[in-house]
Amino acid sequence: MDLLSNLALGFSVALSPATLGLAVIGCFLGTIIGSLPGLGPSNGVAILIPLAFSLGLDATSALVLMTSVYYGAMYGGRISSILLNIPGDEPALMTTLDGYPMAKQGRAGDALVLSGVASFVGAFLATIGLMLLAPILARVAYLFGPAEYFALYLLAFSTLGGIASNNQAKAALASCIGLGIAMIGLDNTSGMPRFTGGELHLMDGVDFLVAIVGLFAVAEVFFFIESHGKNTSIGVKLEKVTVPVKDIARSGWTMLRASVVGFVAGVLPGAGASLGSFLAYMSEKSIAGEKGGFGTGVPRGVAAPEAGNNAAAGGALVPMLTLGVPGSGTTAVLLALLMTLNITPGPTLFTDRPEVVWGLIASLLIANFVLLAMNVPMVKVFVRVLQVPPAVLLPGVCMISFVGIYSLSGSYFDLILMVAFGVLGYVLRKLDVPTVPIILGILLGNHMEDALRRAMVLSDGDPTYLFSSGIAIGLWTAAVLGFVAPFFLRNLLKKPQAVSD
Amino acid sequence: MLRSDRVFGLVVVLVALAFVASAFQLQTSFMSDPLGPKAFPILVGSVAAICGLVMILKPDEEPEWPGLATLGSLAFSVALLIGYAYSLKPFGFLLPTAVCAGVLSYQITPKPVFNLITGVGLAVLLFLIFKYVLGLGLIPFPKDLSLFSAGEVSAPEASAD
Repeated sequence: MDLLSNLALGFSVALSPATLGLAVIGCFLGTIIGSLPGLGPSNGVAILIPLAFSLGLDATSALVLMTSVYYGAMYGGRISSILLNIPGDEPALMTTLDGYPMAKQGRAGDALVLSGVASFVGAFLATIGLMLLAPILARVAYLFGPAEYFALYLLAFSTLGGIASNNQAKAALASCIGLGIAMIGLDNTSGMPRFTGGELHLMDGVDFLVAIVGLFAVAEVFFFIESHGKNTSIGVKLEKVTVPVKDIARSGWTMLRASVVGFVAGVLPGAGASLGSFLAYMSEKSIAGEKGGFGTGVPRGVAAPEAGNNAAAGGALVPMLTLGVPGSGTTAVLLALLMTLNITPGPTLFTDRPEVVWGLIASLLIANFVLLAMNVPMVKVFVRVLQVPPAVLLPGVCMISFVGIYSLSGSYFDLILMVAFGVLGYVLRKLDVPTVPIILGILLGNHMEDALRRAMVLSDGDPTYLFSSGIAIGLWTAAVLGFVAPFFLRNLLKKPQAVSD
Repeated sequence: MLRSDRVFGLVVVLVALAFVASAFQLQTSFMSDPLGPKAFPILVGSVAAICGLVMILKPDEEPEWPGLATLGSLAFSVALLIGYAYSLKPFGFLLPTAVCAGVLSYQITPKPVFNLITGVGLAVLLFLIFKYVLGLGLIPFPKDLSLFSAGEVSAPEASAD
């Protein structure tokens, strides 16, 4: 069995004490990051990348550490959703709908344990799905030529714009901003500088880490200054924590169904964990019907979005590893990490660097058990973390960002650029322009242009080459549908707003 | 009617057109592909311009902008962060970080004693973590202490590095 020998290789990497230690540290840090309101998985992973890089870890260790943080943050997001009614990260929004009412009924402990178990089921099944699906998709990916890649990148931008945002024009604009920024620097093909304005620092282009940390972490600081940290309402007290065996058993099928829905949503490029938790919640709500009481604090309403969200987090790794196209904002940040480590994701990763891929998958399996152990008996520790006042947290995040970026390049220019991205991120988010497509644009811009230009070289400038294969046509169709369909489905897919007191 | 989206859309259109215009000016080298370095940026700029136009024609609801006082403190924070970026090298890590973290903390929740402790505490704690756990080569204090003694001219060899 191919799979078993691959897994054996993976576990031989993952079970070394150093890697195991990193996975545990990553899970712990990740859960803290996820549970802090205003410090989601994208921010958290982004500010840690420069630090992980300066630790001088090898590629596998760095990847294991950061993906454990990523999984941990997905688990952690639920804690503040349930206790404070503030989603710790965007995908956890759906968890507030039933989690907070449940906590108000005095069942905060039950909700936390149940959602922890649901997260485990979702993430575990998704990791198995990743294990089975990724090698198959990697084989399909060999069929991808430049024309198919160009269409695939387009699909990622259009689904991100179409499904994950409220206004198509603004999402498309965000993608263009990112792509435009990616154009800055030396042209890959001709070697001539573009859009540098003669600035030497810009010859290498804009470092995506600078943009990510600026847009996510620094912008967040401005938001907290604006609100004076008032968003941190006093939450529900957590008394004692017991395991609600009955609720867990009764939500079993819900968790399984939600995991499948979430995983599929995660695999779609550009859609991501928010869509996963949303679809999982909505489908369970319609299965339960009126009598299900979704929205009033029922256990199944807590289990569904958490299983969906964590399954989507695992699913999003599939396109990221096999095609180099991230399925969500955080996987975009993980893609940035891979690029920083000089690993090129794509089908060749599976044949050339099997120890990276399978080491990662094995660590994810282990990380899941570590996270279950951390999030069920030790959940009180993380609840403490919520009490860190934003006036301490946000300056800390800001200083860590500065030191991280400074340690990466040692130039003032990048720090100033980071602050500029922070201001940009603040203004754009105020105007409801999503920032994730910008990151995706900066990351994928050069690849997308290269794919287009190589396609044109192959076809000697004939644009119909872009639609010459079945895969390409399918991807173009999906891209157009993904962008246009939400115009008609908007009313149907309207996101329920978080419950207010 | 003046809406933020319209103003922003106009800015987008102008920037996008400037981007497209400068893309047309790009130098092409002798070894070029059929598409060349201009086409993709022109495409991106054009799509951005269309998006800007859509924002002008169909603006969303007005976002809640903060009051003048908050805008002022935001502008002040930006200036503070830029100042912090430039002061890291000449003044070492501890002093600028304590000041910057303390002031940011004050901007979020104004409680002077608490903010002071936050600033100093964060500076020391982060320094210890960065220096001894992560092994980053941070300089805690300015190398050239004469920066603090007013009026004295610093030695020329110190300014050389």
